[in-house]
Amino acid sequence: MNQHSKISAVNRRNFLKTTAGLSLTLAIAPDALSVIDDAFADAPAAYTPNVWLTIAPDGTITMVAPAAEMGQGSLTSLPVIIAEELDADWSKVRPVFPTEWDDKKFGNPGYNYTFQTSASASVTGYFTSLRMAGAQARRVLLDAVAAKWAVPVGELVTEPSVVVHKASGRRIGYGEIAAFAIAPAELPKIAESDLKPTASFRLIGKDIARVDVPLKVKGAAQYGMDVQVPGMVYAAVLQSPYPGGAPLNVDDSRARKVPGVTDVVKLPEGVGVIGTTVEGTQAAKSLLKVTWGDAPGAHLDSEQALEEFAAIGRDKTRDGVAFENKGDAKAALASAKRVFRGEYRTRYVYHAQMEPMNATAAVAADGKSAELWVGTQAATSLLNGVARMLQTERSKIVLHQHFLGGGFGRRGNHETVYDAVRLSMAVGLPVKLIWTREDDITFGKFRPATAHHIEAGFDEVGKLVAWHHRVVAESVVAYVSGDPRPRQDRIVMKGSPIPQYPIANKLAEHVIENRGARLSPWRGVGNGHNAFAIESFVDDIAKDLGKDPLAFRLDLTEGVPRMQHLIRTVAAMSDWSRQRDGTALGIGTMVKDDTLAAGVAEVSLDRKTGKIKVLNFWAALDAGIAVQPRNLAAQTEGSIVYALGSVLREKITIKDGHVLQSNYSDYEVARMSDVPPIEVKVVSTDNHPTGGGEEGVPLVACAVGNAIAALTGVRLHELPFSPERVRGALGV
Amino acid sequence: MVVLTVNGQQHEVDAAPDTPLLWVLREHLKLTGTKFGCGIAACGACTVHIDGEAVRSCAMPLSLAAGKAVTTIEGLSADGSHPLQKAWIAEQVPQCGYCQSGQIMQAATLLAVNKNPSRDDIVEHMDGNICRCGTYLKIISAIARAAREG
Repeated sequence: MNQHSKISAVNRRNFLKTTAGLSLTLAIAPDALSVIDDAFADAPAAYTPNVWLTIAPDGTITMVAPAAEMGQGSLTSLPVIIAEELDADWSKVRPVFPTEWDDKKFGNPGYNYTFQTSASASVTGYFTSLRMAGAQARRVLLDAVAAKWAVPVGELVTEPSVVVHKASGRRIGYGEIAAFAIAPAELPKIAESDLKPTASFRLIGKDIARVDVPLKVKGAAQYGMDVQVPGMVYAAVLQSPYPGGAPLNVDDSRARKVPGVTDVVKLPEGVGVIGTTVEGTQAAKSLLKVTWGDAPGAHLDSEQALEEFAAIGRDKTRDGVAFENKGDAKAALASAKRVFRGEYRTRYVYHAQMEPMNATAAVAADGKSAELWVGTQAATSLLNGVARMLQTERSKIVLHQHFLGGGFGRRGNHETVYDAVRLSMAVGLPVKLIWTREDDITFGKFRPATAHHIEAGFDEVGKLVAWHHRVVAESVVAYVSGDPRPRQDRIVMKGSPIPQYPIANKLAEHVIENRGARLSPWRGVGNGHNAFAIESFVDDIAKDLGKDPLAFRLDLTEGVPRMQHLIRTVAAMSDWSRQRDGTALGIGTMVKDDTLAAGVAEVSLDRKTGKIKVLNFWAALDAGIAVQPRNLAAQTEGSIVYALGSVLREKITIKDGHVLQSNYSDYEVARMSDVPPIEVKVVSTDNHPTGGGEEGVPLVACAVGNAIAALTGVRLHELPFSPERVRGALGV
Repeated sequence: MVVLTVNGQQHEVDAAPDTPLLWVLREHLKLTGTKFGCGIAACGACTVHIDGEAVRSCAMPLSLAAGKAVTTIEGLSADGSHPLQKAWIAEQVPQCGYCQSGQIMQAATLLAVNKNPSRDDIVEHMDGNICRCGTYLKIISAIARAAREG
């Protein structure tokens, strides 16, 4: 029996034992994560104060960590929040992924109670409800002890995993309570006023070691790619180069001759090869000859499209969908004393997550239930989608969540799962579908290419009073939802409202083009391209006004003290005003969903080759209460590195609907030799915690571009800053 | 049948001689700590040791590994106690973690020949291993720590 089936069987046993003795009917049991502590699988019956946690008589506390773990650390940071209010001994806490995908119970309140791990929204979305859950469970334990000892509950206090009655000197551990307590039929109501004051936090803000790290240094963490189920076969899929391309003619004569290949199956937008080995199915896939049906994306030429986008940006007769609209930006620009204009462009970029997309699916013989093994950022959407596909109830779909070998927005898309389900139905066996790296790039879903046209108007006393930002790009929301009607796109347009610059008249609009590319949220979402355009433009204006770019930003951010503090922080970190020889500094800021960040890059340039070297990067981040400060710094550092590749080299080029890049050899992400010393200061403030998984991304393009402008006097208007583009801009 | 020695154990493998070692390790022997990243020796996620040398198992045919000693992350230490594994925990290196088996296996061959590597030595030795989460600086710190603490 495979690992998962074995654990599932154990889970059921625990479930029965637990429910037999308790009025609560929900036991939380480990799934893929139980490798953290295999012993738990055989633990005795446990006590479940509420749906979030189970306490075993030995004091082990199993907690549901509902978010996907893709490296951002939610598997630790979310249970830390519960444990804080539960007053748990952290060494006893065992986080597990959900085994019961009940949106109402475990969904992210910040995502309208769905399982969705994206936009760095897990800690911020779950924070209050997990605190309440921890506090409620603590109250249940206190009530049980109060009843047993016949003392008023008000006389009881807790120390880590211990209830104490000070008057009598009695103490009892949470595990001992679990051994006798009966959960109440109705759980106690907890108000926010019952929560700990932040000053008395014992775990939050204290840098708890990540629970997944020990597994990941031993090769023991289980990713979707690592799944093996009995009787499974392998699949490779040749997808249409562009979305909507159906396979018309399939010549599989050579593919079928590959040893081990058993079936070739047509899919809606691809052709699947089934066989007994990975290598055989991959080899056979490359021998398929397929002609694809026409679709808009078949005609996409990405460089030509970007030229057209830039022209549309200038064409004011084309209105966009307003994403931010304050005052009357157009009128204020018309009456402004001085108007600045700027244009900037970004190209398609690819997630390049290390684990290529994959999925394992086993559909029952009647086609009405299925088991899925995958790492997903969007379990709700996946379960709904597979249930729809099988025309069955969602409860008939069993999901085994796994670690994600990088998400960055890519693993909210499930085309490999849907194809694995289709293929499993077709062959009547469990199917493990693996994409190659080439598949992962050429069938990739990209951050859209963008053209920006920005105008800024100053009044007679030199105050910035009007801002009009036009973003010409495809719509990620339209692509992902399949609904082409124009509407606000919070993926593409995030970062365009620039609350750090309180300008009286502000319009940010999205002029939506549909060119038929495959699109996806990408780490940093819209802030990535928007901060590049906005912050490059702010520097261009500062230059024209003869102002220091950092001092200019301090003027513009008047009334936003949190941002001003960050700007001053990175000024100090980088020793901003020091004269440098052969290097220069550039600054950038960003606000994303109430998280603020500022960064400074130091660069040098080889003018002959056009090669930029980033020598230092300093960043400061304010994400409210820093639940895991060291991890926040690591996430910010990592996202700066992630962005560095996209700034220096990365681009996806599409010609006649085909992606031209194919592997890490021609899609060149940042390597160790690209990475400068990076210093991150996490500024914890007494605000509700906000996201921190990607906030370094938007800082890099603008800070590096601004540094190059400071060094050379030349503005780089387009990403990436590849050597040939830099040489062109310098006129070398 | 090809006889393959992995982590000190002999296995008889029923696979074609040109099968990449990676798939033999992962799918035949179920040693999934070694990861598939690119298939063309461009990312290092599949790094293992063959007779003590770091090798990209995705580009190494089974036939060339036969008769030699293959070591995977599962065989680097019995219990995760290799100095690099301890240093990786101390520095909290992994994020998604997918590349880290390869990073650690690559780093182990540096420390085997250079007990006190400089930052430049580390970068030169590690530059073929991609980490998309961007943990490179933590990797450098962890290698330096392992060299220091042994």
